[in-house]
Amino acid sequence: MINWRSTYAIYRNELARFRRTVFGSIVSPVLTTSLYFIVFGAAIGGRISEVGGLDYGAFIVPGLLMLTLLSESTSNASFGIYMPRFTGAIYELLSAPVGVVETLLGFVGAAATKSLILAAIILLTAMVFVDYTIAHPFFALIYIMLVAASFSLLGFILGVWAEGFEKLQMVPLLILTPLTFLGGTFYSIDMLPAPWDKIALANPIVYLVSGLRWTFYGDSDVSIGISLGLTLGFLALCIAIIATIFRTGWRLRT
Amino acid sequence: MEPIHDPILDIRGLTKVYPGGLKALDSVDLSIRRGEIFALLGPNGAGKTTLIGAVCGMVRISAGSIHAFGGDLANNWRTARQRIGLVPQELGFDMFDTVERQVGYSRGLFGRAPDRARIEEVLRSLSLWDKRDEEIRKLSGGMKRRVLIAKALAHDPELLFLDEPTAGVDVELRRDMWRQIDSLRDQGVTVILTTHYIEEAEEMADRVGVIDKGRLLLVDEKEAMMKRLGRTEAHFVLAAPVSSLPESLRAYPVTLAEDGAVLSYRGGDGTGKGKAEVAAVATALLQAGIAFTALDQKESSLEDIFVDLVERQGLAA
Ligand SMILES: Nc1ncnc2c1ncn2[C@@H]1O[C@H](COP(=O)(O)OP(=O)(O)O)[C@@H](O)[C@H]1O
Ligand SMILES: [Mg+2]
Repeated sequence: MINWRSTYAIYRNELARFRRTVFGSIVSPVLTTSLYFIVFGAAIGGRISEVGGLDYGAFIVPGLLMLTLLSESTSNASFGIYMPRFTGAIYELLSAPVGVVETLLGFVGAAATKSLILAAIILLTAMVFVDYTIAHPFFALIYIMLVAASFSLLGFILGVWAEGFEKLQMVPLLILTPLTFLGGTFYSIDMLPAPWDKIALANPIVYLVSGLRWTFYGDSDVSIGISLGLTLGFLALCIAIIATIFRTGWRLRT
Repeated sequence: MEPIHDPILDIRGLTKVYPGGLKALDSVDLSIRRGEIFALLGPNGAGKTTLIGAVCGMVRISAGSIHAFGGDLANNWRTARQRIGLVPQELGFDMFDTVERQVGYSRGLFGRAPDRARIEEVLRSLSLWDKRDEEIRKLSGGMKRRVLIAKALAHDPELLFLDEPTAGVDVELRRDMWRQIDSLRDQGVTVILTTHYIEEAEEMADRVGVIDKGRLLLVDEKEAMMKRLGRTEAHFVLAAPVSSLPESLRAYPVTLAEDGAVLSYRGGDGTGKGKAEVAAVATALLQAGIAFTALDQKESSLEDIFVDLVERQGLAA
């Protein structure tokens, strides 16, 4: 039995929190993405003719979108659950008639919702700078939702694990962003010299960027099946970890 | 004591050992009547907050069982928690949120449909209505506490925990709190409060439980506890020191102190016997021709009872 009212209360409360910090959460990613387009798309991209038959500016759209999706989903969800732990407000969640399902749907749902709104804004921003089309809009939507949900789950785990603000920012900043940069956002993997093209395949983000690029342009470094499979696997892993966290009360209950 | 019929909360053998080995609760048995105000009295570190945490879901219990509203909390926690409210000891909420929104959120979180009229009622009863659009961080400490209480009341709990509700609050808020608790009693809400303010337990509670070092030492009706453990203490300052007591005083629990300059009485049982005996001692002194210049008499408070119990327990341990 799911407590829908409680779920909705958490969801709304989280979105209200986002609304309060609208500048940081919307303006800053849009600004960052615009800068990427200006620097890589216009300035440098002008000297690069085409990548895989695509205009360079259009080529980097899925990667840049992925960059924002990963870091924003992770940090929003992690802050969402870390803040009540930090302020002491967690007592109320723990004493409320909510379990793992309500908490996840509420926190992760809100973080994922925000990521989707951001994704839409970034795609619109991209239109200002480059011409691009989306070959499989339906799959693109599904894929974006899947990634937003998975990394919001990862963020949730992070927020439960972290004991301080530095740790909270460590994973997005020190792991996700570099891996995304190296994961084919700005280049196609087969542009890399051997053995780097093989080594790059050990980077899980390669598959995410590649999968999203497939939904945009119908062509990618690795097959969409592998990308999708890995994303779903990651989603399932995160859910399993969170279910364990709730069952054992790790870092939540004393 | 008679077992309580159909208790709203029934705790059996509750034990909590924190990681690291500290036993914060040691096989606690406690039954709470529907509609009563129960005061859990104990010094810092006694285990009061841990006990509340065990019922409310912040603390994983090591052993024992908790039944609420007739059902085992281990299985029925979801429905039970909808009917339980908690005002924690420490302030803890989203400081950047506004008062009314935050209180409305609490109502929703506990599964209740939005009800602005009810939220208004709660806010008004706590003198928060004028502050409803304020950010919580801008309120005074006392006002923040009121917000915490409003949040706990927002879903109309039938069982309410107040963890040290008046620790560190001003006199005005303490009065308000007591009024609030009185009105909750009128509405039939069961209240369990922890405190180390004796006057609070004496003022508010129907029953009192004394806890120390994780052990519930004694649970009784407030009056019965006074009766059982009450003491009268009286000191007669004598006009001139005496070396021995007259025969007529042998029957009473009196002693000489300060080289015979002070006669002390310690006795009674909280039923008024002590007061009567002090009067009899005074009469006997006068009849024996022993004058006294001052008389200092006091009834033991719950606090004395408490200190007494804790000390006795300490000696036994
Ligand atoms: N999370 C915790 N981990 C370890 N020990 C704890 C924890 N919380 C409380 N304690 C210890 O348990 C004992 C009881 O604490 P508590 O229930 O807060 O007492 P009270 O509320 O009566 O002051 C204290 O000795 C305290 O130090
Ligand atoms: Mg306490």
